[in-house]
Amino acid sequence: MDIGYYPGCALHGSSNDYEMSVRACLEVLGVQLREVDDWICCGATAAHSLNQKLAVALPARNLALAECQGMQDLLAPCPMCSMELIKANQAISADAKLKKEMAEIVELKVEGKVSVLNLIQIFQQVGLDRIKELAVKSLDEFKPACYYGCLLTRPPEALQFDDCEQPSSMETLLEGLGAAPIDWNYKTECCGAGMTMSNEDTVLDLSHKILTNAADHGANCLVVACPMCHVNLDMKQADIDRRYNVQHDMVVYYLSDLVGFALGLDEQRLGVNRHFVAKH
Amino acid sequence: MARIGVFTCWCGENIARNVDVEKVAEAIGKLPHVRCSVAYKYMCSDPGQAIMREKIVSEGLTGVVVASCSPHMHLKTFRKAAESEGLNPYVVEMANIREHCSWVHHNKEDATRKAIDLVRMSVAKVLRNHALDPIRVPVTKRALVIGGGVAGIQAALDIADAGHEVVLVERDPSIGGKMAGLSETFPTLDCSQCILTPRMVDVGQHPNIKLHTYSEVEAVDGYLGNFKVTIRKKARYVDMDKCTGCGICWNACPSKKNLSEFDFGMGTRKAIYVPFPQAVPARPVIDANACIKLTKDKCGLCEKKCPAGAINFDDQDELITEEIGAVVVATGYKLYDIGKEQQNDKLAGYGEYGYGKYKDVIDSLQFERIVSASGPTVGEIQRPSDGKEPKSVVFISCVGSRDNAKGVSYCSKICCMYNAKHTMLYKHKVHDGQAHVFYMDIRAGGKNYDEFVRRAIEQDGAQYHRGRVSKITEENGKLIVRGVDTLAGVPVTVEADLVVLAAAMRPADGVEQLAQKLNVGYDEFGFLSESHPKLRPIETNAAGVFVCGACQGPKDIPESVAQASAAAGKVMMMFSRKELTREPEVACVNEQNCAACFACARACPFNAIEQAEIRDRNGNLVKRTARVNPGLCMGCGTCVAICPSKSVDLEGFTEQQIYAQVESLV
Repeated sequence: MDIGYYPGCALHGSSNDYEMSVRACLEVLGVQLREVDDWICCGATAAHSLNQKLAVALPARNLALAECQGMQDLLAPCPMCSMELIKANQAISADAKLKKEMAEIVELKVEGKVSVLNLIQIFQQVGLDRIKELAVKSLDEFKPACYYGCLLTRPPEALQFDDCEQPSSMETLLEGLGAAPIDWNYKTECCGAGMTMSNEDTVLDLSHKILTNAADHGANCLVVACPMCHVNLDMKQADIDRRYNVQHDMVVYYLSDLVGFALGLDEQRLGVNRHFVAKH
Repeated sequence: MARIGVFTCWCGENIARNVDVEKVAEAIGKLPHVRCSVAYKYMCSDPGQAIMREKIVSEGLTGVVVASCSPHMHLKTFRKAAESEGLNPYVVEMANIREHCSWVHHNKEDATRKAIDLVRMSVAKVLRNHALDPIRVPVTKRALVIGGGVAGIQAALDIADAGHEVVLVERDPSIGGKMAGLSETFPTLDCSQCILTPRMVDVGQHPNIKLHTYSEVEAVDGYLGNFKVTIRKKARYVDMDKCTGCGICWNACPSKKNLSEFDFGMGTRKAIYVPFPQAVPARPVIDANACIKLTKDKCGLCEKKCPAGAINFDDQDELITEEIGAVVVATGYKLYDIGKEQQNDKLAGYGEYGYGKYKDVIDSLQFERIVSASGPTVGEIQRPSDGKEPKSVVFISCVGSRDNAKGVSYCSKICCMYNAKHTMLYKHKVHDGQAHVFYMDIRAGGKNYDEFVRRAIEQDGAQYHRGRVSKITEENGKLIVRGVDTLAGVPVTVEADLVVLAAAMRPADGVEQLAQKLNVGYDEFGFLSESHPKLRPIETNAAGVFVCGACQGPKDIPESVAQASAAAGKVMMMFSRKELTREPEVACVNEQNCAACFACARACPFNAIEQAEIRDRNGNLVKRTARVNPGLCMGCGTCVAICPSKSVDLEGFTEQQIYAQVESLV
């Protein structure tokens, strides 16, 4: 399987462990990633809170590049990126005037026809059966709390992915690979996201609640599919521990880490050794 | 030789302000065939009508045009006046120079010119009018009431008490509807069963009421005053004539764990059951999906034990027909299916409330069963998960209502009141408990309604939070309800033992199919459409079909009952006449020209066009033709537009008349 790949800023910066993990994992699954040549930032929260046109134009440029580089499916492992790309896609294909305007701004023809996928959807496309065939190890030591955060399922009218309030696609995948995901209450709550720069207190509070609830429900690890969530829950865990005088000791994996373990990849290949909270 | 009189109205200032009425009268007076053209301040008043009547006689008029307001307003008035002088009412026409002219234009000169055009068109039309006779149809003085909830019961009893026969069809095994399952009712807190069950008994015993429970309307044929209704009596597996309702069968039945529909899944019932002890008829029915005999051909205990030999496992659905003169639809409501797969995918949502996931998140009708003395807990308030008495209960308003994103746009109207009632009933039973309500607005319009809500807050101490709930989760046996109080501007978290969701009111399942059988319109939500929101709130656009209760829109009990009595009144008005008259402005087929393609029959929204055969005296088929049933035709004209051979015309609006109007304009 050959697929377009939009890493976004995070995967080439602070969360390059996520990229290592995604690449390693998909290589074993036979998914060839073709990175969009000359991609730019998706705009993220900054663009859509400041300038509606810019919020469409930035992802539109990336969509246009993907289109003219002949990509049909485009993996954006960061949910913020995939959400922005999907929203731009929908806006452009629904509005001929906007489409024309965007083509002028980004100086490329853009149709809004690329299908943008998140990491879970790639695994779904490969198929659980195929992943099971390739798996060499059961995940039975893991009792993960699958954490979707705000953006994997929201806004539901744009993403149309899973049940937006009670999602279960990560659980289905990991259960199939032998893990025993727990049922808990903070699957779709916010971790504080970009507030980590401007209002750390909020992030520490929200992330502390997430970690606490996962542990209370018997989780021995958290699984995320978002670089921002990983930063707040993993990198900031020491700060949370200090602030609330607790010892969470909760390992936070990317979804591709666990799938990678099942496929026989080690922590170095997946970049897990670069996480802040280590498994004891 | 036609002799037309034209009467132009000032309508006080209404028309005269923007239209020079004298000029209109003068211009029209010059038209050929117009014998007199008069303007008067109020044509509809007594002296105005007198002028018209006098001219009809003195000028020997053969046609009349009144240029005034909308025909909806006064056409009947003027036709009646003309009729009193011996003129056929259908040679009176109106030109609407108020709504269509003076009210919408400001330039008096232009408006006057347009008014002259409008009147001239009407003159051109009336020259081609001819006398019509009202259609007379006989009336079967027997009413069908569909739905045996409180509205249907009220309508049926009123009609029956007036001495007419009533056929009452109910889908469930017993009449009583939703109200039979309610605990106590607002704003008086009187017991729902105490006020309803005697009425149910009255229905069961009334000599004029023929009751078909566990039955549905299969098909409706015929027209106003003369309907033929096919009713499917679903297989009950119990012979209603032999059964005495002794109860030995359901005590013997070993299939116990079936969720009770009457208790909204809060309790269980046997496979052979009466829905509740006060059911009418007090005869059991066998649930074919739960019965061990019918599913596995084992057991048969009820049959062995029944002393009356009333069990019949070979029972089949039965179709019967009833001749009916008028129909009252009272099919009621159901609650929005929270968090479930919705037929309409626009109505999906509320996964955040965990309904269906957490046992202690229930809907309002389920709560009614928990507080009801006839409910599965005999009125003890116990939460479903562990049977403990909840010390903190959260009631959430507007689950589905007034929510364009996940629900319906309308207000379900009764929830604010029953939420207040629930908090009171709860407090009266659990004195140390605390009720919380999350609401958007408190809508308590009605006699003694707002006082009732104030009592809930001030005397019974319900905590009202103005805001929505964003999420419900369960931790250590408690439901964590997270919401916001927008008045205080703070997030609110309540640890609750029980959460009750006030789900939106939606029309009952299957109402759209029923409406199609009856040719009654319905809105985007499936609520049946009344003929006019203010002046004809009971009638529908199908003649002889009336609506009452929550099938027409969200309603509480008093309103449903009032509307049901109104519907009964309309039926009695119909039945007070020997025969019914209908406006003769209906379609008419030129059977000589008709090519028998029946495009008209397919297009007709009222199924008023039949296939007929013309035979010679020896009975040989000459030709086939379309024929309009004047009892059914509503005069919409769709058939006229669609007929490829121009063989259909609408009396009173013939193509000749309309072309003449257009011609007079150009």
